[in-house]
Amino acid sequence: MEQQTIIKVRNLSKKFGSFEAVKNVSFTVHKGDVFGFLGPNGAGKSTTIRCLLSLISPDNGSIELFDKSLQRNRSEILANIGSIIEKPDFYKYLSAQKNLEIFARISGADVSKKEIHEMLDFVGLGDRAKHKVKGFSHGMKQRLGIAQTLLHKPELIILDEPTTGLDPQGIIEIRNLILRLKNEQNKTILLSSHQLSEIELIANRMVIINQGRSIVEGSVDELLNSEETMVRIEIDSVDSALELVRSRFNPAEITRTSAKELEVLISKKRIPDLTKELVLAGFTIHAVEPKRKLEDYFIKTIQS
Amino acid sequence: MLFKNTYNEFIKIVSKPRSYLGLGALTVLIGLIIFAMKADGESMVSFVTASFEQTLSFNGKLVNGNLIAFIILQMLVVHIPLLIALVTGDLISGEAAMGTIRMLASKPISRTQIVLSKFIAGAIYTLVITLWLGILSLLVSHLVFGSGDLMVLNSDGLVILPEADILWRFGLAFCVAYLSLLTVATLSICLSAFAENSIGPIVATMAIIIIFTIIGSLDVTVFDTIKPYLFTTHMASWRSFFEDPVPFDDIINSIVILLTHIVLLVGITLFKFNRKDITS
Repeated sequence: MEQQTIIKVRNLSKKFGSFEAVKNVSFTVHKGDVFGFLGPNGAGKSTTIRCLLSLISPDNGSIELFDKSLQRNRSEILANIGSIIEKPDFYKYLSAQKNLEIFARISGADVSKKEIHEMLDFVGLGDRAKHKVKGFSHGMKQRLGIAQTLLHKPELIILDEPTTGLDPQGIIEIRNLILRLKNEQNKTILLSSHQLSEIELIANRMVIINQGRSIVEGSVDELLNSEETMVRIEIDSVDSALELVRSRFNPAEITRTSAKELEVLISKKRIPDLTKELVLAGFTIHAVEPKRKLEDYFIKTIQS
Repeated sequence: MLFKNTYNEFIKIVSKPRSYLGLGALTVLIGLIIFAMKADGESMVSFVTASFEQTLSFNGKLVNGNLIAFIILQMLVVHIPLLIALVTGDLISGEAAMGTIRMLASKPISRTQIVLSKFIAGAIYTLVITLWLGILSLLVSHLVFGSGDLMVLNSDGLVILPEADILWRFGLAFCVAYLSLLTVATLSICLSAFAENSIGPIVATMAIIIIFTIIGSLDVTVFDTIKPYLFTTHMASWRSFFEDPVPFDDIINSIVILLTHIVLLVGITLFKFNRKDITS
C-alpha cells in the first residue's frame, strides 16, 4: 500500500543577497515518519524549515504539505502543523498558561483551558502553569515549546534543533517526549538536530543536506546497514583475540585500542559469528558494542 | 482570527510594565501642573492679562478648571507622542527581538491580520491614554478649581469663551488630538516593521516628529510647499476648536491630512511585513 505523503519538497531554492542558502533541495516525508533532517551548521536546514512554515518565501521550487500547495493553502496547512524553530521563545512577562492561551487562540482550533492544563501536565510543567516564563530554565522553555506545538493536536510536528543548549537530562527528557509523540500519538515528526545519536535512536527516515543541497535520503536502517560497522570489543586477552579475528574474518580494519579493548570494522551480519567464535576459543568477552554508525556515515557523506 | 489576535495583542499590552509608564507619567505631570497652578496660577494669569487691563475689565474667576484643562492639553500633547511610541514602537519589533515573531507567523493567521490586530490594539491603547488625559485634566481641574469662562490667548488676540460654550469644544478637541496621536502610533508601528529591536522605532519616531516640527517652524520658502502635508503641522489643530468662530474648513483639512497619513502608513506596514523573510 502506498504511504500517504505529508511533506513533499521539490527543487527548493532560496538566496539571501548573493548567498545561496538552499539549492534545489528535495525530500519526502511520509505519514508516521520520524524524519531526521541532518546537515552541518549553515547547510540550509533552518532556511528549509522556515520555508515549510512560510516564514521565508522560497525563490524557486515547490512545497506541498498534506498533498496541498503551501502557497495556496497556507492557513489550512499551518493549522495542522506544530513547530519549534531553533528555540521556543515566549512572552517572558506572561505565565506559561497565558502564553499557551495566546498561541491556542490563533492555532485554528478550539483549545479549552482544561486542555491547556492537561498539556502542561503532559510536559511536566503542571505545577508551573502560573509562573512567569522569564524565570524558566532553557529546558523548561523547550518543554513549554513542545506543549505549544501539541496544543491544537497537529498531524505534523516540526522540531528544529529541539535539544540545542540543553543539559544531558534535558536532552533525555525531550527525546522521551518525542518518542511518546511517535509511539502514543502516531504523529509525523520532522526533526532537525545536531545530535546524530538522537536521530539514530528515534528517526526511521532521514535526509542529509550540505551546502544547501540534499545529498542522500532514505530509511535510516537501510542507509546505515549498507555500510560496515565499527565494533568495540572488551576482552581479556586482546593480542590473541586480535590474531584470531584477523585470521578467521579478515576484517577491513582491526585495531588494538587499549590493553583490554580492540575495534573491528566488520559487516553487521557477521557480528554474531565473531562473538561466537571468540567465546568458543575460550575468550572472556566483557562487552561487544557497535560504535555510533550515523556519525561515521554522516561524516563520510558530507566529506564525499 | 483578527478579533482573537487583537485580544491577544491587548493582553500583551496590558501585561507589559512599560504600558503603565504613560498612564503613570501623565498622572504625575497633570498632578504637578495642577499643584503649580494652585500655588501660583493667579500671578501667572495676571502676568498675561496685565497688558489688556487698560482696555478690558476682567470679572469672575479666570483661573478655573477650563483654563487649567486647556493648559494641560497644550503642554502635554507635545510630549504624549513619546509615551505612545514607547508602547506602539515595540509592537512588531519587540516580537522580532524576543523571537516570538517566528511562533506568531507560523500560525494559521495571515500576516495582514497580524499587522491589523497590532494597529487596532495600538489604537485602543492610544485611546486609553487620550481618555486618561481628558478625564484627569477636565475632571480633576474642575474638582480643584471649579468652572468658569475660558480665556485663550492666540495669534489673533484674546478670546473669551463662555462657560456654557466650552464642553463641546473640549470633546471635539480631544477627538482631533486622538487622531494626531493615532498618526504617531501608526508611524511607530510602521517603523517597527522595519526593525528587529525596540529602541530603534521609538527613537526614529521621535526623531521624525522633531525634524518635521523644526521644518514646520522654520520660516524658509523651500519648506513652504511641504509644510501643509507634514502631519506635525496638523498635530495642534485641536486648538482651533477654541477660536471664535471655529475654522471648521481648516480642521477638516487637518483631519484629512492625518487620516491620509494613517492609511498610507498602514499600507506601507502591510507591504513590508507581508514580504518580510523572518530569519530572526
